[in-house]
Amino acid sequence: MSALLEVNGLRVRFNEKAEAVRGVSIAVNKGETHCLVGESGCGKSVSALAVMGLLAKGGIRTADTLSFAGQDLRGLTESQMSRLRGDKMAMIFQEPMTSLNPAYTIGSQMAEVRLRHRGGSKREALDRAAALLGRVGITAPGLRLGQFPHQLSGGLRQRVMIAMALMCDPDLLIADEPTTALDVTVQAQILRLLMELQAELGLAILLITHDLGIVARMAHRVSVMYAGKVVESASAEALFAAPTHPYTRGLLDCVPIPGKIARGAQLGSIPGTVPRIPLGFQGCGFRDRCAHADASCATGVPAQSRAPGHDYACRLPAGWTTEQAA
Amino acid sequence: MSATIEIRDVAKIFRQFSGMFSAPRMVRAVDGVSLTVPAGGCFGIVGESGCGKSTLARLILGLHPASSGDILVDGRSLMAMPRRERARLIQPVFQDPFSSLNPRRTIHDIVGLPLAAQGISGKETTKRVHAMLERVGLRSEMAGRLPAQLSGGQRQRVAIARALVLGPRIVVCDEPTSALDVSVQAQILNLLAELRRDMGLTLVFISHNLAVVEHICDEVAVMYLGRVVEHASTDALFRAPTHPYTRALLASVLTPEPGLGIPDVGLGDSYPDPANVPPGCRFHPRCPMVTDVCRTEIQVPRRVGERVVECMLA
Repeated sequence: MSALLEVNGLRVRFNEKAEAVRGVSIAVNKGETHCLVGESGCGKSVSALAVMGLLAKGGIRTADTLSFAGQDLRGLTESQMSRLRGDKMAMIFQEPMTSLNPAYTIGSQMAEVRLRHRGGSKREALDRAAALLGRVGITAPGLRLGQFPHQLSGGLRQRVMIAMALMCDPDLLIADEPTTALDVTVQAQILRLLMELQAELGLAILLITHDLGIVARMAHRVSVMYAGKVVESASAEALFAAPTHPYTRGLLDCVPIPGKIARGAQLGSIPGTVPRIPLGFQGCGFRDRCAHADASCATGVPAQSRAPGHDYACRLPAGWTTEQAA
Repeated sequence: MSATIEIRDVAKIFRQFSGMFSAPRMVRAVDGVSLTVPAGGCFGIVGESGCGKSTLARLILGLHPASSGDILVDGRSLMAMPRRERARLIQPVFQDPFSSLNPRRTIHDIVGLPLAAQGISGKETTKRVHAMLERVGLRSEMAGRLPAQLSGGQRQRVAIARALVLGPRIVVCDEPTSALDVSVQAQILNLLAELRRDMGLTLVFISHNLAVVEHICDEVAVMYLGRVVEHASTDALFRAPTHPYTRALLASVLTPEPGLGIPDVGLGDSYPDPANVPPGCRFHPRCPMVTDVCRTEIQVPRRVGERVVECMLA
């Protein structure tokens, strides 16, 4: 079975000096949540924007494979791409206030999506909008349709964004940090809603986040990104049971877990900061911050597999974690 | 050498302009909070956005005058204290190290400003600034740089250096790690814990991240719409949360443990508005355990064992 979204060797650069994405491969299957996780500047959002053809001006995208539902996205013109976006491939962003137009009502913005892609009457589109608002847990949807974005709270606005994304029954939902701007209680509600909708509609979700808690609870598959590359990719269970790349391990040690780490104990941390990767960079992007780096890390990074479906990019053997513990 | 903070029934009411011909709306951001922060402790304040936790921080810092009530440090009223003296006693660390540092000043000037304000000479200032930068893990060459040349974590270290350069006894941290990546957040939390131990600081730590609060604080107060709804030791609060709101907050913490799914916090889609506080218990429109009495009767704080809870069902 081929994946709904298949990306191989995706590269993005904005100028001659730096490369933002350096050969990313991800596959998202129907009904599956694939999480792209990493710190700011690792290229996770740029990868998603590149897939949707929404790179900022001057962004250059190349890829070996870039296919969505069997269709090659590389050769599509801008107008063909925009017919796909919002229709079969929908997206939600971090800050719902900036993605909604403040000058139009919720109803007219939602109806526009349907009318543009599917046609039909405005009445039908508004009925569908009201039904979807109800589905995402908004009480009094009829009232909300006539309101403007500023009249809603952050949680409600994000629900509106989700409902809007569902207007044309998409197959793939790309969610870029959808809950980062929200309070924790609202975050849990929104994520739960996404999971319910996935079970109900068979959505494939590409979820971009920096929060390992969200990854653990939502993801079927996880790709950990660092400096424009996927450094480790596995199922969620395998990744949290046996994190293998030193960066993944370092990242997990940084998170305080109530009841697991003694209060006041030193948290693990990764020294240094995320580097800028120049064009033509060789070797491992993490080597300057890695305690296990040696001379060979400056020249090349072997792609290794720990188990079927659990790949990582590091010179260390899969068993290094247990050797270290012993 | 630390200080006890006593917050006595403090309220802060903001007048919000709501059009030329209508009466201003009264936003009760902090509405009758009483707390005691023990000397040398790390005191956490948690709650959702708009619950008044940052306003409370600004009241403790003396940046806003309280509308009523009083805040005492070692028995002395903050309001009656001269500004310079207050600055030697209490210092802030804010959330966003990108906007809390003047982009046109060098790191030396930023960290040295509190010293200059106290009338300390240039030579002495340079000496203390360099020592403080080293103390927070920055090389003293950084002193000549501008904030834009630093990463987020380094900037937050600068903000901490500025807060500590006068040797204060209390540091109020308002979401000090929210704008940072997890790996950097861990560095900053470790640094704060270490500095607190070495310098005997009293920390007031405001955050919406409960996992972080659990890790660093000894005592926690949970705020909802301007009131403290539960106050207990960190152990008691996390082991057995009592107020329904505390329970919902704790339930929504997503720890990195796969297979647990996303919890149902059961709060509905209504959202609190501090300008329009519901009658009775403030939390009743969202409470999963609401009874008829909750809708009409105002709740008062009650002592239940080791904790203080503002809920009649507890």
